[in-house]
Amino acid sequence: MLIVKNLKVSFGQIDAIKDVSFEVPEGKIVTLIGANGAGKTTTLRAVSGLDKSSGGSVIFKGKNITNMEAHQLVAMGISHVPEGRKIFPTLTVRENLDIAGWTIKDKTIVKHRIEEVFELLPRIKERINQLGGTLSGGEQQMLAVGRAIVTGGDILLLDEPSMGLAPVLVDEIFDKIVAINKRGTTILLVEQNASEALHIADYAYVLEVGYTTISGPAKEIAADPRVREAYLGV
Amino acid sequence: MAELFSLQQIVNGLQLGSIYALIALGYTMVYGIVRLINFAHGDFYMIGAYAAYAAFFLFNAYIAPGNVLVFIVLIVAMLVGAAVAMLSNKFAYKPLRYKPKLSSLVTAIGVSMFIEYFFSAFPPIGPSPRGFPEVLPKVMWTMGSAQVSNYVVIDLVVAAALMTGLTLLVQKSPLGRAMRAVSQDKDAAKLMGINVEGIISFTFLIGGAFAGAAGLLAGLTYPRIMPYMGILPGLKAFIAAVLGGIGNIPGAMLGAYIMGIAETTANAYNSLLGEGIAFVILILVLLVRPTGILGEKTADKI
Repeated sequence: MLIVKNLKVSFGQIDAIKDVSFEVPEGKIVTLIGANGAGKTTTLRAVSGLDKSSGGSVIFKGKNITNMEAHQLVAMGISHVPEGRKIFPTLTVRENLDIAGWTIKDKTIVKHRIEEVFELLPRIKERINQLGGTLSGGEQQMLAVGRAIVTGGDILLLDEPSMGLAPVLVDEIFDKIVAINKRGTTILLVEQNASEALHIADYAYVLEVGYTTISGPAKEIAADPRVREAYLGV
Repeated sequence: MAELFSLQQIVNGLQLGSIYALIALGYTMVYGIVRLINFAHGDFYMIGAYAAYAAFFLFNAYIAPGNVLVFIVLIVAMLVGAAVAMLSNKFAYKPLRYKPKLSSLVTAIGVSMFIEYFFSAFPPIGPSPRGFPEVLPKVMWTMGSAQVSNYVVIDLVVAAALMTGLTLLVQKSPLGRAMRAVSQDKDAAKLMGINVEGIISFTFLIGGAFAGAAGLLAGLTYPRIMPYMGILPGLKAFIAAVLGGIGNIPGAMLGAYIMGIAETTANAYNSLLGEGIAFVILILVLLVRPTGILGEKTADKI
């Protein structure tokens, strides 16, 4: 569904990612793991169009989408839950969800999807009239995922969904990710919490200082001694 | 001293405040959405006044002076103001969007000077002041101790209608929700599928249209227009926006009316004081409450 080839992104003189290649097959969960500064976030931002690449290509559903504008890619089916959640703090939870349906002409679809969000993430429903900024970190993460469900992309890019959450919430959020995948959404997951990510993923790629180095089925990666030493702490 | 706080001064203050409010809203909305103080905004107001002037002579041949003509002239002034604002955004500000803020600020001053000097040098307009025509016959009523003209009514009604419309747009409509989203977080707004540049352009459009409307109202009320007429009201409206809390829509309205009443009251005491009161207010706000009356960190910055 998504093929990234030799992607390169530079900010001025600095190359944030130098040569990143990976594939995300339809219906699967693929994870990119790596240390801080490896280029995981930049990779996602380049795929969703927030950052412009200076080399390589991104192919989505057979179309070359390299350097297209982010808002066009949303309409084409790419949903991105960015690092730090980026909830609109002075919009209510409902407004946050409504606005995620911006590109959808038929508002009954938006309504229907918001109902699905309530079903999957019941906590969001309790907070419906609160301002986004007043939610706790975990609730904000759920809301960010909820927005992505309303956006309704064919692929969901998740950037560090477990960041800053209590362990019990981390488990919950990973359960939700699996549930969303089961509903038919392809998932590209970026995580520092490598053990959880490898546990739910089908395939994994390791990013090191701007390069994809090791790749394979998640189970094999989890057993790879280099990965175990560097990222799993065993 | 008795006449200092007379009803008449309040009426005059509300009238002036209406004009300031329409200009201040453009400042505050553009600041809210792209964090730019658009110093050319006062010139959009001047262009609105000239557009109204031109439209009057264009349509006067077919329509007698009166409310219908005012309405047509208002629409023209708003359209021209909106067009100029969108063009300056497209050619001057958009290319500098993700560059340091100072570049845009200096560019805004450049756009302002370009418009002023271009209008002065452009023969059909020229540097000399022009009398603004009577777009409708003036009618005076006496209300208590104050004299109220139909011009006052037009100023207040036009400003109130536009401000109500804007408030509804921003608070209730999907487009307004998108504007608030863009003002809070541009990356997140893009990921919702919002065309951020389109929303910015739309914000300039509204701001320019409001400045254009203010230009017509000013031409009606103070019937003398010239290419530099936008500088001082532009500055004062900017101060009004700061007073209310820059980036905050109700704040800009509140600040503008406080400013209008303060200015007419000070004017009644001494006309030099009237000219300077705005700057006294600015200094006081910056010393006492730099965020402005309604400006808070959590407020919608649009």
